[in-house]
Amino acid sequence: MMIHTNNYILNIKELWDDVPEEYLSHKERYENAIKKAFIVLKVLRQLHTGNIQITDHRTPTNVYSIQDGIFRNVNPLLIHIGLFWSTIAAQASTEQQAEWLQPDSSMIGTYVQTELGHGSFIRGIETTATYDSTTDEFILHTPRLSAYKWWPGGLGNTANACLVMAQLYINGTCHGLHIFLAQIRDFDTHKPLPGIKVGEIGPKMGFNTADNGFLGFDNHRIPRTNMLMKNVQVLRDGTYVKPKHDKLTYGSMLLTRVTLISDLAYQLSKAATIAVRYSAVRRQSPIKSNEPERQILDFVSQQHKLFITIASSHVYRVVGLWMWNSHKRVTADIHEGNMGQLPELHALACCLKAISSRDASALVEQCRLACGGHGYMMASNLPQIYAYTTAAVTYEGEYTVLLLQTARYLVKFWRLAAEHKPLPQNFAYFEDYIKKNFEQWRNSPEGIIEGFKAIVAGKTKAAYDTLQCNLRNGREFEEAWNMASVQLTNASEAYARSLLCEVFWKETVQLSTKVSKSLAIVLEQLAELYLMYWALEKHGDLLLYSTISRNDIEALQSRYEELLALIRPNAVGLVDAFDIRDEVLCSTLGAYDGRVYERMMEEASKSPLNEDVVNESFHKYIRPVTMKNKL
Amino acid sequence: MAKVNVDLQRERDSCSFNITELTHWIDGGVQKTEERKKREEMALKEGIHLEPVPSVYLSHKEKYELAVKKACLLFKMIRKLQEEENAGMENYLAVLGGNLGAAILGDGNPLTLHYVMFIPTIMGQGTVEQQAYWIGRAFNLDIIGTYAQTELGHGTFVRGLETTATYDASTKEFVLNSPTLTAYKWWPGGLAHTANYCIVMAQLYTKGKCHGIHAFIVQLREEETHMPVRGIKVGEIGAKLGMNGTNNGFLGFDNVRIPRDHMLMKNSKVLEDGTYVNAPSSKLAYGTMMFVRVMLVNDMCKYMAKAVTIAVRYSAVRRQSQPKPDEPEPQIIDYLTQQHKLLVGIASVHAFRMSADWLWLMYNNVTAELDAGDMERLPELHALSCCLKAVSTDDAAQCVERCRLACGGHGYMLSSNLPLTYGLVTAACTYEGENTVMLLQTARYLVKAWQQAAAGNTLPPTVSYLGELRAGRRSPPWDNTIEGIVKGFHMVASGKIGICVAQIEKRQKNGMSYEDAWNMTSVQLASASEAHCRAFLLSIYYKDNEKQVATVSPELRIVLQQLCDLYIVYWALQRIGDLLRFTSISERDIEQLQNWYEDLLVKVRPNAVGLVDAFDIRDEILNSALGAYDGRAYERLMEEAMKSPLNAEPVNQSFHKYLKPLMQGKL
Repeated sequence: MMIHTNNYILNIKELWDDVPEEYLSHKERYENAIKKAFIVLKVLRQLHTGNIQITDHRTPTNVYSIQDGIFRNVNPLLIHIGLFWSTIAAQASTEQQAEWLQPDSSMIGTYVQTELGHGSFIRGIETTATYDSTTDEFILHTPRLSAYKWWPGGLGNTANACLVMAQLYINGTCHGLHIFLAQIRDFDTHKPLPGIKVGEIGPKMGFNTADNGFLGFDNHRIPRTNMLMKNVQVLRDGTYVKPKHDKLTYGSMLLTRVTLISDLAYQLSKAATIAVRYSAVRRQSPIKSNEPERQILDFVSQQHKLFITIASSHVYRVVGLWMWNSHKRVTADIHEGNMGQLPELHALACCLKAISSRDASALVEQCRLACGGHGYMMASNLPQIYAYTTAAVTYEGEYTVLLLQTARYLVKFWRLAAEHKPLPQNFAYFEDYIKKNFEQWRNSPEGIIEGFKAIVAGKTKAAYDTLQCNLRNGREFEEAWNMASVQLTNASEAYARSLLCEVFWKETVQLSTKVSKSLAIVLEQLAELYLMYWALEKHGDLLLYSTISRNDIEALQSRYEELLALIRPNAVGLVDAFDIRDEVLCSTLGAYDGRVYERMMEEASKSPLNEDVVNESFHKYIRPVTMKNKL
Repeated sequence: MAKVNVDLQRERDSCSFNITELTHWIDGGVQKTEERKKREEMALKEGIHLEPVPSVYLSHKEKYELAVKKACLLFKMIRKLQEEENAGMENYLAVLGGNLGAAILGDGNPLTLHYVMFIPTIMGQGTVEQQAYWIGRAFNLDIIGTYAQTELGHGTFVRGLETTATYDASTKEFVLNSPTLTAYKWWPGGLAHTANYCIVMAQLYTKGKCHGIHAFIVQLREEETHMPVRGIKVGEIGAKLGMNGTNNGFLGFDNVRIPRDHMLMKNSKVLEDGTYVNAPSSKLAYGTMMFVRVMLVNDMCKYMAKAVTIAVRYSAVRRQSQPKPDEPEPQIIDYLTQQHKLLVGIASVHAFRMSADWLWLMYNNVTAELDAGDMERLPELHALSCCLKAVSTDDAAQCVERCRLACGGHGYMLSSNLPLTYGLVTAACTYEGENTVMLLQTARYLVKAWQQAAAGNTLPPTVSYLGELRAGRRSPPWDNTIEGIVKGFHMVASGKIGICVAQIEKRQKNGMSYEDAWNMTSVQLASASEAHCRAFLLSIYYKDNEKQVATVSPELRIVLQQLCDLYIVYWALQRIGDLLRFTSISERDIEQLQNWYEDLLVKVRPNAVGLVDAFDIRDEILNSALGAYDGRAYERLMEEAMKSPLNAEPVNQSFHKYLKPLMQGKL
């Protein structure tokens, strides 16, 4: 079914560009993407007639990955398809859902939260929704420039409706952020409604087909019933009915962070595929002077850049799925009224989102640079993958802000440990660290996992001690926290890394029993490579907080180099196994057939500049200068 | 001028030193500052940099056409300046390289290689007659040239080039050919549609023998019609991550004939009968490449200064979060984590500037020695320029990206100018010698130096520490001062090189060839090379800063010393693993360093805006909605957005074409 759908969509001719997107103007690019978006939407609607309830498709798989090939960037209807309907499904009352979730709805929607002056700190949002009981309406208003909504995808020119996060005011009391459905354009003419100022925010590093927009309200009125009222209500007389649990509204953000991990795994596999195949085709310099030039994949320094990317893709795929399952379990618990696991899930999602986006963008960039100058060409598709990946470092919760969220969680458990109070099983190692129950260092995956836990403990302790010291010196908690924040983020990062290592190793060992012997060996090599790589990257922390010796580090280095050599013969096979179609990979350097140079020349010939042998600018500008003496 | 943002004004008012004094110090004196300002004013008052619709909205083809237009206007302007002032190369260099050039042609200039490679190569490698014939025409822009070296299949490894130039004694011509697809020239700027002449690097064949890579001047297009000359296949290579104004091209030869005297013959010659006369030294040809690398280090300082100016000013304007319920949101620059991202960037500009100056001096000395026939210091210069090229471009790319990410989502907007700056900087990581290859070049030199030290020979100044540290094998007690850290970094470099040498020897003993052992050890070799470079950077910054601050006011001196300390302690903390391995630093020392570092962040914080203001980068050059002097970040973001052609009409045509039919179809 899935393959059938993919083939069906990929065979629609209008979805393929004669002139690649990167040659178009900003405006043409948007129009081209909209054209494709509606063809895809039409097909999706045909295939899922009547069913726009969207939860299952977010299970981490490659189902929708073909869109990467079609848009080479982002579908301007991404939020419409991905977040608009699912938020209504999750946050609107039964009656509201019955009214809005119609298969023939005229709404093209988006989700509008961040403002020009407000991002990760949601409570700072300035847009207001004031209840007017005389007309039974909310008045949406943008009090100043910094309150303009800024960034939402599809908002610029595409959406005619949106879910707006705004501060709810009733009778002069602010009840915090709530979600409102607002129509912003006429369904028939698409003109902005009176009181709505909407437009696009301009070109970006990537996501240029996402149609990111801005939005301002000038006392814009919407019916009371347009507030999403599943968990909270405003009654006709202005009575505010509180939610049972105030954490419920953060559910969709948590889910986005969880699915992001899998998405980043997929971006990593794309980058690794391109760079590894190219490195097998590209030859440069002989290793011995009388030999022919070698495949650059034979250079150990190149293997060092690439194999960790292959391994990391597996790590994030495995951990992404693990988080997806945890999320499912926790959500089920919440429906049973049990919130106990939510803080842990939140803490995990925060640091894993931060570290996965940082790792992924660094590794994608490493792959691009490993392709030398040719990686700089848009036709390699690596610049686009980087632009897409690096955006994740700041959206859906900025990197440092998220690490500091997790740090609060770590500090909480360290405090328990320091006060010799009982700890949950997964933080038992804090107690070991305090009691100095150090195990003898082992140069093995298990030993490294233990070592990483010691780092988490040691770094949390260091940050905690600094925090306490600041407090003792009379600083207020917030100030003391700020002064310790560099160390707190370090602790958080270490925690994420230790989780990644442990989950990946355990899952790999388990998986190895279920696959053929020859595959099991390779998978374990990859997992070991990942652990060795990070042990070497963090050897300073290991020296500080574990019992590793200098000689152990030299041995680790040798083992790491051995692993590179062991993986080298299977490198191409490993990326082929990601099984990414050429139409989705969109890369001259990475296509399955390895006709790198032919494809580069073919792509170059698609440039509109190459249609004319002499560009008109010669006659207009160059000739008057070079021929000045003859004219 | 519009009103300055109040937060930014307050930062400036509370700066503890005189910002202008620092600007003069950076420029190298009051007079230098005035000259720079005058040149900027002259270049910018013409308005060539202004774009009614910002070029980021244009199509690829339109972007090129705009770049050519500007490049030609720029040339006319420089010519006018030259006539008025009768100056030397100063104006060309100032306008082409660095900040001014980037202000006018933000995403690359199709004429850059004409000035930076075409003319200098003829000057460096042409005979007196050849120079007389070509240089005047080139300077006057009667012809437009470029420099074609890299090929589709061949980059950093120059000896692998496939293009051939075969001497035909019967007609006294060279015949140029691209024997395969991989032999097509690929990348040269201005090659696609701009240049009509080109210096081509090709394998020279005469009398049936290959004599390696030589430079030839080839006409590509007719001067009158601009049509490609017979046998020339030329075009552009397509869109790139950045530098889309440079018009990078490809070039293939099908039996293209050029006169014998179009080979540049200052060093090697081919006589009329086809006899090849060898150059006195093959090393001479590396001069231009080394020059470019030295200049690159300087360019990286300028890009870092831009990025950090944008990010620091924005961080003083942006407010976020509410640590305390009853207080307003703080400026994000008050967060220690933000200071951690930005302040080291300010220090890096100064650190690399001092190393760049040092390298420039050495380059000039060595060039002078070369002219006198003395080549002794050439390998040392080569080694130093290779690793500094790699480390400066790497550090700059990371610094720019860190600044961009520190601006949150808004840094992702092209109107912040940070993405475009990153595009320019990261390109330098792979061009002019890929960074890993560069580090391994330096590593070869270091391994040799190590072996010489082992044999008891004295070493050249920049590696003399290897000899000293080899002698005293035992780690002395750790000294937790700036001087101690610098010394520690030398021990790290020395220790790493020592381990590499031992590894290679061990692997050879186990039966590996030297080359395979080298390859197996290359990850560690690259890291040793980086460590050597880092030690150099730290020690030059420390020493030269010490010397240079002696002449400034006490207020400024304090701040400059804090910056230098900050940089050195920052790197110590980045490299604690290495320090633990190769010195006797303890956990307690490291805790103290961490405290010292945090303390320095707090000390530098109040002067952050003043420190970036002192880089004195005009708004037209900065070209950033987030970083302008007045701090009107949000107003400027909105103003820039309103320039989008998509915002010129309330309803885009695609609504009628696609969206409406779909909705009416009620699918």
